Amino acid sequence: MAEQKLTGADIIIKALRDQGVDIIFGYPGGAVLPIYDALFQQNDIRHILVRHEQAAVHAAEGYARSTGKVGCVLVTSGPGATNAVTGLLDALCDSIPIVCLSGQVPTHLIGNDAFQEADTTGITRPCTKHNYLVKDVKDLARTLHEAFYVARTGRPGPVVVDLPKDVQFAPGPYTPPVEVKHKTYRPQVKPDIAKIEEAVELMANAKRPIFYTGGGVINAGPFASKLLTQFVKLTGFPITSTLMGLGAFPASEQQWLGMLGMHGTYEANLAMYGCDVMINIGARFDDRVTGRVDAFSPGSKKIHVDIDPSSINKNILVDIPIVGDCAYALEDMMRVWKAKAKRADQNALKEWWAQINKWRDRDCLSYRPSDTTIKPQFALERLREALKGKDFYISTEVGQHQMWAAQFLPFDQPNRWLTSGGLGTMGYGLPAAIGAQLAHPEAVVVDVSGEASFLMNMQELGTAVQHRAPIKIFILNNQYMGMVRQWQELLHGSRYSSSYSEALPDFVKLAESWGCAGLRATKPSEMDDVIAQMLAINDRPVLVDVAVDQKENCFPMIPGGKAHNEILLGPSEDLGEATPEDGMVLV
Amino acid sequence: MPNDIMDNIEKHTIAVLVDNEPGVLARVIGLFSGRGYNIENLSVAEVDDNAHLSRITIVTTGTRQIIDQIKAQLSRLVPVHKVRDLTEDGPSVERELALIKVAGVGEKRIESLRLADIFKARVVDATLNSFIFELTGSTAEVDDFIGLMRQLGLVETCRTGVVAMSRGGVGF
Repeated sequence: MAEQKLTGADIIIKALRDQGVDIIFGYPGGAVLPIYDALFQQNDIRHILVRHEQAAVHAAEGYARSTGKVGCVLVTSGPGATNAVTGLLDALCDSIPIVCLSGQVPTHLIGNDAFQEADTTGITRPCTKHNYLVKDVKDLARTLHEAFYVARTGRPGPVVVDLPKDVQFAPGPYTPPVEVKHKTYRPQVKPDIAKIEEAVELMANAKRPIFYTGGGVINAGPFASKLLTQFVKLTGFPITSTLMGLGAFPASEQQWLGMLGMHGTYEANLAMYGCDVMINIGARFDDRVTGRVDAFSPGSKKIHVDIDPSSINKNILVDIPIVGDCAYALEDMMRVWKAKAKRADQNALKEWWAQINKWRDRDCLSYRPSDTTIKPQFALERLREALKGKDFYISTEVGQHQMWAAQFLPFDQPNRWLTSGGLGTMGYGLPAAIGAQLAHPEAVVVDVSGEASFLMNMQELGTAVQHRAPIKIFILNNQYMGMVRQWQELLHGSRYSSSYSEALPDFVKLAESWGCAGLRATKPSEMDDVIAQMLAINDRPVLVDVAVDQKENCFPMIPGGKAHNEILLGPSEDLGEATPEDGMVLV
Repeated sequence: MPNDIMDNIEKHTIAVLVDNEPGVLARVIGLFSGRGYNIENLSVAEVDDNAHLSRITIVTTGTRQIIDQIKAQLSRLVPVHKVRDLTEDGPSVERELALIKVAGVGEKRIESLRLADIFKARVVDATLNSFIFELTGSTAEVDDFIGLMRQLGLVETCRTGVVAMSRGGVGF
């Protein structure tokens, strides 16, 4: 029997279906018309038309982060692909599995400066985990399956498959996905048990231990978060996490110290500074976390579990490196801990907790409340109360509001917190919220936003309306690029160079013009009512314009070039002299 | 690890076995330029035309921590099969091939030929007033020979960069 031949476009749809894709985010154009035609003639895969290709990738990231599945994107050649670049790099920095299909001019025109031609594989090479240009339809099905494998395996990341238009038309064979052993890419997922035993030994002898966990735990799946929670409870050790790792360990637990790093809590940062054993599970010693590298946790022995060997000893030298998937590592650690009936020195641990509780008593997230102005922290506290008991997902943009959201909103489960950490992409939150809402139609999805970030991708309100995603956009509007303004105030003599949000629109009218609901709060007393109204609207997107204190700064803060123990708690502390010149050059 | 060890700049020769596919060299070079690593020299060619494998030899410098990073970063590129640090993993041989053009007449011309004989360089082209020598040897030998030729009418030089292999019977 002759092999069944399909067109390239049909092969693409079939491959996506076989890979379990149910939603694809995209924007049509000349070089992907055959794929759009094939999409039109089927009902298994839902296409979400965005308004800008960057948002297609962020929406796919929101989908991927909230489901644990691979997010899928479809863009055209040239500007379609270049617009997607920011999203791709965002996904690379935060290890989010994405497969992005891009159209390309026909193979015979490649290199001719054809209309809407871009060297997409060249441009995206440093912005992706891997990329492919498919020049022969015979390679198409295999390449697509391989792209999904690479995107989700090991440390996840974005993969681009560039598809010339003639390949989309050409007839070719389809091969279904099989459990193939990739010829080169086979990351080590099972850790070295000797290292695990060494780590457990070190932990059992610790006097001042701390768990420092990151996005690797989230990426290892919900089971890894469960294992982490069990193991942390079993040991009785304190735990902190990076921005990416929030939700892996329940924030409502007593052992939770809050986030660490530049805007992390006082107790988390001082515990990191003063610990004698640090257990890093799936975090990468990012510069937002370490502060000054040579003063980072100077007295501790460090264990580092990471699936990516290049993350180990990159920024901070560690004593026990463990390459492997966090879930496997945690399972092994817990098994060895139990088998050897390990127990940390209870007296030492008690003392350590007493010290930590003293730091906690500083109440580092406190702020000066006001009856007249809405403090951004207050707005988030009220949101937190209103979300209690609800099935919710939070996305954010980038800036002060993002840090306050990380500080004030509690996450008891993984995959609920969608924020751009590594790249810090303003405009991330709105499309990410749409992606999460479409994956979880019944859940409450809130984009905690700032007015400046919102403006960067506000066209996506149209996407949310068209595809009936009743997301909530909660804008903490201080009429400034708040984090820029804060740094200018603290480090550049309050010269607010270009950080004022001039010529803002009327956000309520703007929302209404798209058919969304628009709400506004200007006084603290209105906050609860406005949030209740926001949560009650479920038939369309809601935008809430919260007029917050323009001059509020985000604390605690470890200034650039400083160590964890030089953390500033509030505006009363003098910062003018505090930042050395070599610290000012750091971002 | 003590800091002074970590601050020493070392030179390492790294062999990388990769799928010979479009863009693979760009991936490797982009990794070095993007992350600010040094490439002292680099050579690449297909070594197995059935399996479409190419072998890249890179000579690089950096602290121990940087060298380890380079190896880890290379290893995680999807088309990379193997990465081997020939400087660290026991003894190895390193060779470079150079073409060296020297022009001159009289005593200088004779002297260049004499030196070529001492260095075991072959004459691959000769005219009445020039030679092209082909020399294979270690980087230092090639450097020495070029240094001598500079005084005898050196016109141009072309070098392949290092190719290297571990000693003994064990393969890559």
